[in-house]
Amino acid sequence: MRFLLLFSRQGKLRLQKWFTSMSDREKKKIIRDMTTMVLARQARSCNFLQWKDLKIIYKRYASLYFCLAVESQENELLALEIIHRYVELLDKYFGNVCELDIIFNFEKAYFILDEFLMGGEIQETSKQIVNRSIEASDMLQEAVTAYLNIKFQKCT
Amino acid sequence: MSPSVPLQEMIRAIRSARTQCEERGVIQRECATIRAQFRQADNEGRSHNLAKLLYVHMLGYPAHFGQMECVRMIASPRYSEKRVGYLGAMMLLDEKQDASLLITNSIKNDLANSNQYVQSLALCTLACMGSAEMCRDLAPEINRLLRASNSYIKKKAALCAVHIVRKVQDLGELFAPSARCLLTEKNHGVLHGAVVLITELCECNPESLERFRKTVPDLVQIMKGLVISGYSPDHDVAGISDPFLQVRKCEIMKLILTKIDTNAFNLIYVFTIQVATNTDSTKTVGNAVLYETVLTVLDIKSESGLRVLAVNILGRFLLNNDRNIRYIAMISLQKIVGTDHNAVQRHRGTIVDCLKDQDASVKRRALELSLALVSASNIRSMMKELLSFLSSCPPELRSQTASGIFIAAERYAPSQRWHIDTILHVLTTAGGDVRDETVPNLIQLITNTSELHCYTVHKLYRALHNDISQQPLVQVACWCIGEYGDLLLRGECQEMEPVQVTEDDVLDVLEAVLQSHMSSPSTRGFALTATMKLSTRITENVDRIRSIVSIYGSCIDVELQQRAVEYNALFKKYDHMRYSTEWLGQRFLVFVCSTFSAGLSPPICGFPQVCDLLDLLGGSEPPLQSSPALGSTAPLPVGTAGTAGGDLLDLLGGLEPTAIMTVLLSVFSVAPTVSVYDKDGVTVTLSCEKQSDSGLSITLTASNSTDSDIRGFTLQAAVPKVCISASNKILAVHLKSSFSFQVNLKMRLRISYTSQGSAVQDTVQVDSFPGLGH
Repeated sequence: MRFLLLFSRQGKLRLQKWFTSMSDREKKKIIRDMTTMVLARQARSCNFLQWKDLKIIYKRYASLYFCLAVESQENELLALEIIHRYVELLDKYFGNVCELDIIFNFEKAYFILDEFLMGGEIQETSKQIVNRSIEASDMLQEAVTAYLNIKFQKCT
Repeated sequence: MSPSVPLQEMIRAIRSARTQCEERGVIQRECATIRAQFRQADNEGRSHNLAKLLYVHMLGYPAHFGQMECVRMIASPRYSEKRVGYLGAMMLLDEKQDASLLITNSIKNDLANSNQYVQSLALCTLACMGSAEMCRDLAPEINRLLRASNSYIKKKAALCAVHIVRKVQDLGELFAPSARCLLTEKNHGVLHGAVVLITELCECNPESLERFRKTVPDLVQIMKGLVISGYSPDHDVAGISDPFLQVRKCEIMKLILTKIDTNAFNLIYVFTIQVATNTDSTKTVGNAVLYETVLTVLDIKSESGLRVLAVNILGRFLLNNDRNIRYIAMISLQKIVGTDHNAVQRHRGTIVDCLKDQDASVKRRALELSLALVSASNIRSMMKELLSFLSSCPPELRSQTASGIFIAAERYAPSQRWHIDTILHVLTTAGGDVRDETVPNLIQLITNTSELHCYTVHKLYRALHNDISQQPLVQVACWCIGEYGDLLLRGECQEMEPVQVTEDDVLDVLEAVLQSHMSSPSTRGFALTATMKLSTRITENVDRIRSIVSIYGSCIDVELQQRAVEYNALFKKYDHMRYSTEWLGQRFLVFVCSTFSAGLSPPICGFPQVCDLLDLLGGSEPPLQSSPALGSTAPLPVGTAGTAGGDLLDLLGGLEPTAIMTVLLSVFSVAPTVSVYDKDGVTVTLSCEKQSDSGLSITLTASNSTDSDIRGFTLQAAVPKVCISASNKILAVHLKSSFSFQVNLKMRLRISYTSQGSAVQDTVQVDSFPGLGH
């Protein structure tokens, strides 16, 4: 996998994950190209596109477009499954996820993505394990924050 | 987890901004606050600030001042700050930045942390943006983690190792033994990671292939277990147990069989059959696994039975209702159409049906595949489909379709007439999208099929009559009408119903092309040349042609103007030659001349040189000699002095003398006499005799056989000078070319006398000279 982009129907970027190293200018150009290409597609058309030497797989969920770029020898149907699995994970975490959840809690979306994919490959194929890891990390964060709050309250 | 309130407030503020300008204002204020707070040493809300900065970065605003803050936060002992710090590192830093080296130490410390979540953060960041130096530094740590930790960390470490191997291939050796051990794990995540790692190691390092040869049976075992085993809710996707892992296994199978052990066919056979029969293909995920299997089979050197199975699966995909499935089926078939042509031909009908699909991606694939499937046996039916596709296809596919049709027609055309018909059809439907070299190719083709000239010109005329907007069509049609206009006007044609076409109709059409705003300059050039050529083939409307051509003598376009002026010169000065000189009447040379006019600029060429010579003569004007002898090499320019000369000018009319070039004349014997004028008893006879190699002496004898005297007898004779031009394009240095020409010698005689009180004046033209062979 090369990159994963999420953008709204108006072309606003909601999430970007790059699996290869690129300059800022290139990234901006790619984002522009992707949004133009994908938003121009009609309603019931094929989910696959060809762009330069990459295959672009996109899927629309409500008002968000999920756009994944894979190399030419990878399996497109599996890429569709990957997108679907990520949406399911988000849905489980946020409970009926919608675009606003991803806007206001974008760092959580990133954390979930980092538990599911790493270095351009799938990290964990089991939904339950991913969910459990996220919950555990969150609890750890809460514990640390709570501890610090108590500590400061004691000081002041 | 409680959301970060300051972050959410800022997001709300940004979203409520109504204009871009307002939004920029909000963001600038926030960035200023964040920068100020970064400068403070210790701050409670550091993670919130960094999160805000990351949001601003995602909107596209610059956020590089946050890089050092990321480094500081990664080094912080608090988990919340580490988390955001690592996220910031992944978003703001990449391996090209210098600041990324600063976090190497922090990552190293975190990899050794007791808390697995801290370790996982470090591993994730390293796998995302680790540079080559960082990888080299931290590889031993990763290796340690591969062996000695829990499965959560192992799977992450495996993928991190994959990244390291991709960056620094030499380190593959380090991970090979650990990778083998991972295969014995039960955890799917670890297995998946291990399989990816082994794939990567095999791809980059051929020596390690040997090592993994022994793992092949293990892999097959695991694969079988996945396919057959019972329900595992954790990894299940719509009834398929862990499709991600299955696909991975297929990939590694492909790798092993292509590189490691090409004879392990029994393995692949067994597992492929099992996968194919046990996988439910009604859902996308099942199709994903089947697709991967098919790709594997087609990539390796499998036996024909397996290949047939694979192609059949692809055929089933083609019939699927889901567009995605059809699309990938066509992509796969495209890959094998070269090798398994017959197998793919069986599905030709379905593929051709996909041409009519609504979706642009599917259409594109279907078009490419259809063009690849065209062969001598199915050319007629395929061409019908392709032509109907051309009329309805989206504009971006038009030129590809047109070129494909041309290539296919050229290769497999069953007959000339079919070929020309097909090309004409393409030109009428998609004329604007064909490539530029089509026009000369088509002209070449038409020239070569001489028996179809009549048919072609009739068809082209009709097409032109209907529509003059498609430039390539108009160009070819104009050229044809110019060349074969006489066939068109004759009206009879064996292959089509005859239609009476008058000269006026043809000229109307050509004029319309010339005047239309849709015609490009080169099209106008074609039309002008065609009009000119028609002047030799039609009889009645020469004046109309003349007027058309002369209009363009003052055209803005330089090319057209030059042509028009040259053609005008032809009209004025060489009118007689246009009919009688054979080389103007010949079709081939006219084509050559039109090629000249079309932009090739040879140093020596036809008509322009005429103009040059005329310019040469414009200067000196010695008087015309009263008894001109043909053969003098001195130029005889237009004479204005003397009434004799003046009369001769009038006499000559369209026969202005020009410079004579060296002319090779055939050898003449002693010439017999011929009577050139015989009226009322006055006869003039002519005899010519070759005097020297380049001289001819003509003797005119006048005799009076009437009773009365004839007074005031004057005989004036004028011969035109002939200008011959070379038809070779280039006269190379030190090379001799000999030019031989046929020249029609003419002489005009004016005889005036008074006989029996009445003045008689007659003009006679002598065309044939005795003794001169033609």
